[in-house]
Amino acid sequence: MEDIRVWWIGERHPVERALDHVRLHLEGAFGARVAVWEGMGRPEEAYDPRRKQWSSGRILSWLVRTAPDGKVLGVTDVDLFIPILTFVFGEAQVGGRAAVVSTARLAEPGLPDERIVLERLAKESVHEVGHVFGLLHCDRPGCVMGRSSSIRDVDRKRGHLCAVCRGRIPRDGREAT
Amino acid sequence: MTGAQTRVLVVDDEEIIRESLGGWLEKDGYPVASAPDGRSALERMRSERWNVVLLDLKMPGIDGLQVLEEARKLQPEAAVIMMTAYATVETAVKAMKLGATDYLVKPFDPEELTLLMQDVVAQQRLASDNAALRSELKKEQRFRDIVSKSPAMQRIFDLARVAAPSNSTILILGESGTGKEVLARAIHAESHRSAGPFMALSCAALTETLLESELFGHEKGAFTGAVARHKGKFEAAHGGTLFLDEVGDITPKLQLDLLRVLEDRRFHRVGGSELIEVDVRVIAATNRDLRRAVASGSFREDLFYRLDVIAVTLPPLRERKEDIPLLVEHFLGLLEEQMKRRLRVSHEAMAVLLAHDWPGNVRELRNVLERGAVVAQADVLGPADLGLRAAPAETPSGPSTLEEVERRHIAGVLAHSAGNVSQAARLLGIDRVTLYSKMKKYGLKRRGEDAGAPGT
Repeated sequence: MEDIRVWWIGERHPVERALDHVRLHLEGAFGARVAVWEGMGRPEEAYDPRRKQWSSGRILSWLVRTAPDGKVLGVTDVDLFIPILTFVFGEAQVGGRAAVVSTARLAEPGLPDERIVLERLAKESVHEVGHVFGLLHCDRPGCVMGRSSSIRDVDRKRGHLCAVCRGRIPRDGREAT
Repeated sequence: MTGAQTRVLVVDDEEIIRESLGGWLEKDGYPVASAPDGRSALERMRSERWNVVLLDLKMPGIDGLQVLEEARKLQPEAAVIMMTAYATVETAVKAMKLGATDYLVKPFDPEELTLLMQDVVAQQRLASDNAALRSELKKEQRFRDIVSKSPAMQRIFDLARVAAPSNSTILILGESGTGKEVLARAIHAESHRSAGPFMALSCAALTETLLESELFGHEKGAFTGAVARHKGKFEAAHGGTLFLDEVGDITPKLQLDLLRVLEDRRFHRVGGSELIEVDVRVIAATNRDLRRAVASGSFREDLFYRLDVIAVTLPPLRERKEDIPLLVEHFLGLLEEQMKRRLRVSHEAMAVLLAHDWPGNVRELRNVLERGAVVAQADVLGPADLGLRAAPAETPSGPSTLEEVERRHIAGVLAHSAGNVSQAARLLGIDRVTLYSKMKKYGLKRRGEDAGAPGT
């Protein structure tokens, strides 16, 4: 059994290279077994017709209900929101089992280099899964657990956990609660 | 984490808003609690301290503006950020007028929320640092009602703190208006005698007979007009402190009487035979040069040494100009309390205050500020409100001596006061007795004109 499942729950066809990139980063960051999982179904109930966005909270509930045991990161291409904010890059249950991240706001229109989007996706994936491992936001420069309020925030941080945050993750990632 | 000590209260009637905002802030490390309506929000504000309150404007029951008004009274240090789905200029203005820190339109841009929270946290940290620093400074720069950061005054504070608990006689020297009586009162308040009386007597204002009776009291019929027994200041100050101002002005006979009391702590009332014993600490003060008076024979040497056990010389304000901003703050604080309004001085007015020479010292400064506070239309005192002239009215043809300048200045103020000596003394920042003696010295009449030969 894997420790973390990466599940494409987007509208378009998955970009396998992107999911693989996320998998490698999660393995590196948490020392856990990570697998790309191809589950059926999409969180249709999370769509809010008034805001024309997807509720990340409802996606998390859906993931917990639908995904097999263990931690799960939903990756999507739809625009996510929480009720008080105009958008979020992703969301996670702190110390829970589900996280979601979206590429919708990571790819700015006209951005030529797909690699930049992949880097951003990997960072936000590690960030949200970090929350699942119980981590909160971190102010140490460059740490991937730094808050992401804008693309600039995402680009400013490196893809890794700082030593302090890494120290808070159980060593093999399997006993984490 | 950012907000380890910043406690946030989220007030919104929508559960989904409370949850999503609370969750976002918790990931930033803020301890967050929430309240679903105005009533429970106010309850939480009565029972706990909050640093930031995120408050929904439209709620059933007590609405956001009412909660804001109440919150400002309950916890004025807390930053209240209003949230609303629809922003109107009127409500925004109203909320800001009621003291809201900021105003956010739901849903917020995540960066906007992050920056606002960072701003509020930084400001609160600065405010608490400042408050801590200020109270620390206040402690060091105060001796009771006297404020100063000048090294000379700090030495005086140290000496006064040490001397206060002893019973030793203290001699305070210094120009008129430097705060001799204020220091005497502070020493009394710091001493073990603070529960006892503090009596003050100016020796210059009275004739020898009157002063003698004021000091020692008299028996009925001791002299014409002594219709009843009268207790003197020495008796009245029993168990406390007697402050004798202008002690350099007393006559040779009274100098001797005073010396005897200081030596024996016993005396007779005028016209009485009963020996009265008192426990009084004497603090004497003068603006005269007592050593010179001793040298010239006008002041008893033995009395001088009896008084000069611990001597403190208060520097004139012009020699500690660094204290002017501190004193301005101190006096404006007192005036704010009295007048129930906010008071500040403009930069220009402060420049005028710093440039002035202050012949009347701290008392003059206090009077100038008091005048300014009364005259000023706004809360900010401008240079014109202070009534200080930058240059003397008449320009002397050549360099003047200090005495000439003082004489001219006093004549000008007397003329300005149309013969009202009390008012002139207030404006000059000196007491009436000092003004009279200066008028006598310079041969000035009440309206400032020459009285003919000096001394008449």
